[in-house]
Amino acid sequence: MSIENKTEFILEMRGLCVDGYSNEGWMPILKGIDLTLRRGEILGLIGESGAGKSTLGAAAMGYVRDGTRFASGSVNFDGIELTIASEAKKNTLRGARIAYVAQSAAASFNPAHKLIDQHCEAPLQHRLRTKTAAQKDAIQLYEQLRLPNPKEIGFRYPHQVSGGQLQRAMTAMAMSCRPDLLIFDEPTTALDVTTQIDVLSAIRDIVRVYNTAAIYITHDLAVVAQMADRIKVLLRGKEIEEAPTRNMLLSPQEEYTKSLWAVRSFKSPSKPAPKEDEKPLVSLHNIHASYNKNDKIVDDVSFEIFKGMTVAVVGESGSGKSTIARVMTGLLPPDQGNVRRMDKRLPLHYKSRSREQLRQIQMIYQMADTALNPKIPVCEIIGRPAEFYSGLQGAELKGRVEELLELIELDPAEYYNRRPSELSGGQKQRIGIARALAADPEIIICDEITSALDQLVAEGILRLLDSLQRELNMTYMFITHDLATVRAIADFIVVMKDGKVIEKGTKEEVLSPPHHSYTELLLSSVPEMDPDWLSDLLKQRG
Amino acid sequence: MGDITFLILKRLGFGLMTLLIVSIIIFFAVELLPGDIAETVLGQAATAETVEAFRNKIGLNRPAFVRYFEWLSGAVTGDFGVSLVTDNPVGTAIAERLSNTLFLATYAAVIAVPVAIFLGILVALLRNTIFDRLTNIATLASISSPEFFVAYILIIYLSVKTGLFPPIANLSGNMSFPELLNRTFLPALTLVLVTTAHMMRMTRAAIINLLAEPYIEMARMKGVSRWKVIVRHTLPNAWAPIITVVALNMAYLITGVVLVEVVFVYPGIGQLLVDAVSKRDFPIVQACCLIFAATFILLNLAADVGAILSNPRLRNPK
Amino acid sequence: MTIDVFVYFAALAFMLVLSVVKERRDLKIIWLFLLVGSILLLIFDKAYVVFTMITAAKVLAASMGAAFLFRLTLRHFVPADFVKEVVTLPLTAAFGLLVILITALTGIFAPWIAPFGEAEIVTSSFAPADQIHLMGSDQLGRDMFSRIVYGARNSVGLAFAATCLAFFVGASAGLMAAVKGGWFDQIAGRLADVIMSVPSLIFALLILSIFGTSIFVIILVAAAIYSPRVFRLARAVGRNTVVMEFIEAARLRGEGDWYLIRREILPNTTAPLIAELGLVFCYVFLLIAGLSFLGLGLQPPTADWGSMVRENAALISFGDVTPLIPASAIALLTISINFVVDWMLHRTSGLKE
Repeated sequence: MSIENKTEFILEMRGLCVDGYSNEGWMPILKGIDLTLRRGEILGLIGESGAGKSTLGAAAMGYVRDGTRFASGSVNFDGIELTIASEAKKNTLRGARIAYVAQSAAASFNPAHKLIDQHCEAPLQHRLRTKTAAQKDAIQLYEQLRLPNPKEIGFRYPHQVSGGQLQRAMTAMAMSCRPDLLIFDEPTTALDVTTQIDVLSAIRDIVRVYNTAAIYITHDLAVVAQMADRIKVLLRGKEIEEAPTRNMLLSPQEEYTKSLWAVRSFKSPSKPAPKEDEKPLVSLHNIHASYNKNDKIVDDVSFEIFKGMTVAVVGESGSGKSTIARVMTGLLPPDQGNVRRMDKRLPLHYKSRSREQLRQIQMIYQMADTALNPKIPVCEIIGRPAEFYSGLQGAELKGRVEELLELIELDPAEYYNRRPSELSGGQKQRIGIARALAADPEIIICDEITSALDQLVAEGILRLLDSLQRELNMTYMFITHDLATVRAIADFIVVMKDGKVIEKGTKEEVLSPPHHSYTELLLSSVPEMDPDWLSDLLKQRG
Repeated sequence: MGDITFLILKRLGFGLMTLLIVSIIIFFAVELLPGDIAETVLGQAATAETVEAFRNKIGLNRPAFVRYFEWLSGAVTGDFGVSLVTDNPVGTAIAERLSNTLFLATYAAVIAVPVAIFLGILVALLRNTIFDRLTNIATLASISSPEFFVAYILIIYLSVKTGLFPPIANLSGNMSFPELLNRTFLPALTLVLVTTAHMMRMTRAAIINLLAEPYIEMARMKGVSRWKVIVRHTLPNAWAPIITVVALNMAYLITGVVLVEVVFVYPGIGQLLVDAVSKRDFPIVQACCLIFAATFILLNLAADVGAILSNPRLRNPK
Repeated sequence: MTIDVFVYFAALAFMLVLSVVKERRDLKIIWLFLLVGSILLLIFDKAYVVFTMITAAKVLAASMGAAFLFRLTLRHFVPADFVKEVVTLPLTAAFGLLVILITALTGIFAPWIAPFGEAEIVTSSFAPADQIHLMGSDQLGRDMFSRIVYGARNSVGLAFAATCLAFFVGASAGLMAAVKGGWFDQIAGRLADVIMSVPSLIFALLILSIFGTSIFVIILVAAAIYSPRVFRLARAVGRNTVVMEFIEAARLRGEGDWYLIRREILPNTTAPLIAELGLVFCYVFLLIAGLSFLGLGLQPPTADWGSMVRENAALISFGDVTPLIPASAIALLTISINFVVDWMLHRTSGLKE
């Protein structure tokens, strides 16, 4: 490295506090963080949303986002105090000696410029290389990061390149000046599991080759286990504990850390299989669907859902799994095929279905924020379906709403008159469940309902749905990309890829070998809590 | 390039359709006249014979759609028929006036557009400072004032009190170019003030909208300075809204100019239109309206095409 | 005048010191610029510019003071939920609200406020202002102040009626198009495109040349010109809401369009729609003022601000500010409304900037 080892630590934070501006004035986001990082070391930062991980990552560059400010404490990068350094001084470091890799590569590349021009911007800005040299170097980095067609890919625009490749191109861009420190802010969160593997291994190799120190921010324990030498756990702006990766995985000390580790333990006990002659509650028959006639999203899909069971439709983005839900509810009438309830055809379009038929199929959405009307109080959100379908009025209606709130484990006295903005993410999702239950449906479609939630909260939602299923003999169709959710709650599994059903069967059939090759790929790509998992997997795949 | 040509052709076709519909509206609106043109123009006192003779003279006895096609095909070649009041051809009356109006609009645009874009960028860079707030108040006041208010204030201060510029912009044939610029300065300045404010606000808004994008944060994380962030990373993506607002204001310069021309007694097409409206000289009203509408539609069309061309996603398809 | 000059420079110097003490660099630059500029102007014998600036400063100070007092008073007259809003109200918006309130009251109580009738000839033409005729008289010898007061009723009332009509038609069609989509959306959208592709003033002139200038025609024309604008906005904000999943949930429940608009969409679109109401009022008001100025609006002897500018325009070349009085009344009201709208839009867009 060009710089002599002046200090032992490349980055050292002491008692760092950062405030954020909200309606109540300046509130602390980070509450006294100590952090040290040696040259070439990788520190994993882990925590749920609101833990302040991302703010901490930015602070390591001396950067505070709009509406936040340094309150106290120090950030010392290789002998330079960043909290008090001038913007010009910090600009000479950013991109050159500290670089950043953001979560969404698609949004973090400027759509107006070619990848390689954005790549060369930092070396030119900091006068480290000429344009030709920088371009040559870019191509070399693309090669090292195993991007296809490294000589040409840089001359494309961001929208012409896929997500996984963009993420690697962004890592290459961050490496363009061979920084001493890299900040990775959830670099693989937006990617599918099979793509994630490629990006993770590429990132890990390049950081090792250049012996770059890094802070790796994520909410995914299994991912950080592959990447980091040490792990630091954050909760609401405070450090919970820090330890070398292996120690942390084997013997977490604090209760909170243990609870994070324990999340994956929930499993719904399996249910008796349906009888031979039982009619399926809902069945799909040879469904073909598309948004415009040219590209087919769903291609010849059939499966059955039996009463009291949970069917999980699994697939990566673009597999057509959400389209299945739209076909079932009648939002998107299929081009061919039909949907049946108890072997009777349902009208294809929701507008042609009777009120009774609409009542029977209810839906819970991924984003509780957009699924609940922000201007309507909880009592009306839940009360409206009850009033609409069963004509309840006055005290009866109120009683029903309170009963539903109790079902979803929220205190009626407290939550009856609240508005969605006064609820947490998990509570909003519970209200979504209560709204579905208020219709007294036969089947509830759950579209990625836990993927926007923190793991502990998601776990609570899954447990609630499971207990409701037992109590009310409810039927669920789960649409998800997350195999952990599938393992936890499914009775039947339908695996989808490119609009086709790859495999379907009971949980035992699908999850135990022998697998279909795509199911195998999907299953093996889910990171495990073993620091050697990635290396072993790559060795195995050759 | 298939996508983008298709988009542009579609937009062109749509613009042409709109123009056709507008021409139909302009022509047939006059047909809605209680009675008909002859009765309206000649008034109550006219005898049946004179009315009939007048109808024959302007060809009112033929079916409306035949006259529409004649009018439209004439309009394409610059022949808008004959004035009801003076009997002179409308085309020649308009031609000179139109060039005067275009001159005034160009004069204003040449000053307003660069100034507005530069100031808009500057204010975006200085956002949330006191300069930004003061500019916000000033531009807001400027766009919400009526043109004649701005015009009279300018006349009082720059002409009557200080005598810097002439208050009335009447033209004579043998003026030198600097004299012409001096003579028309106040009307041009009025237009500049009103349009600059609007364009500035939109430029600022377009840029500030983009500052929340992750790629702007990324650029700052690369150590790019604030000014370069705006010029290199924001501006290329902000062109579409800026082009749209510039075109809108160009259109305004040509059409909204009516009031300013009246205030300064400027011999432009707006003044002609107003006179024709009060004299109920329908061929001139129709011709002016068609010219104004066509300009308006063409500029909007140009803006849309410009916006399509400035979009990197469309320019470089997958 | 010398006292004024002294106070002016003292105030500038005080502000400059204050901004230095408070370490506000941006304010410091402004006060320094004003102070040095004013001194230079005096040195180079351009005192009249300084006097103009002093007058402007007086007007600004008075407006700010009025706005401040209005804000202080207003907080005692609003329900508890709004006190926070009122306290954080920017001065520009407070000033705007004050002007709107005064204009509305003037318009409503015009006959009681105006000392003379609107068409009454009470003195000689172009009489200067005095104790009886606060703003002097116009070209026929009618009392200017009384005509301004009646103008608040006539001009504003007319524009308000046209705005309400434009708004009602545009908003209901826009929300309906957002919910229904399909052919209704297509046809209404194309119609709006066509109307908007003709410049507004030109369109108005064309129609008025045919149907003549009556109040009824003016209202209809203004409403026809601006309802497409409201339609587009209502449709756009409606669309933004319609794509939300709670609308999908309501649709899948089997709710009708009317319920969707009333219970699910309207509560989420009120803020931008009210802001749009203010803007459309400004446009309508300016359009009608422009028409009146061209002699094609309200017909004499009705008092109307636009026509009053036209009637007295000849005075401008003598440096007389009489025509500026109705013109500034128009500008004051539209600027005020824009201040309020700007604040409302800024508030609903949150702390985006």
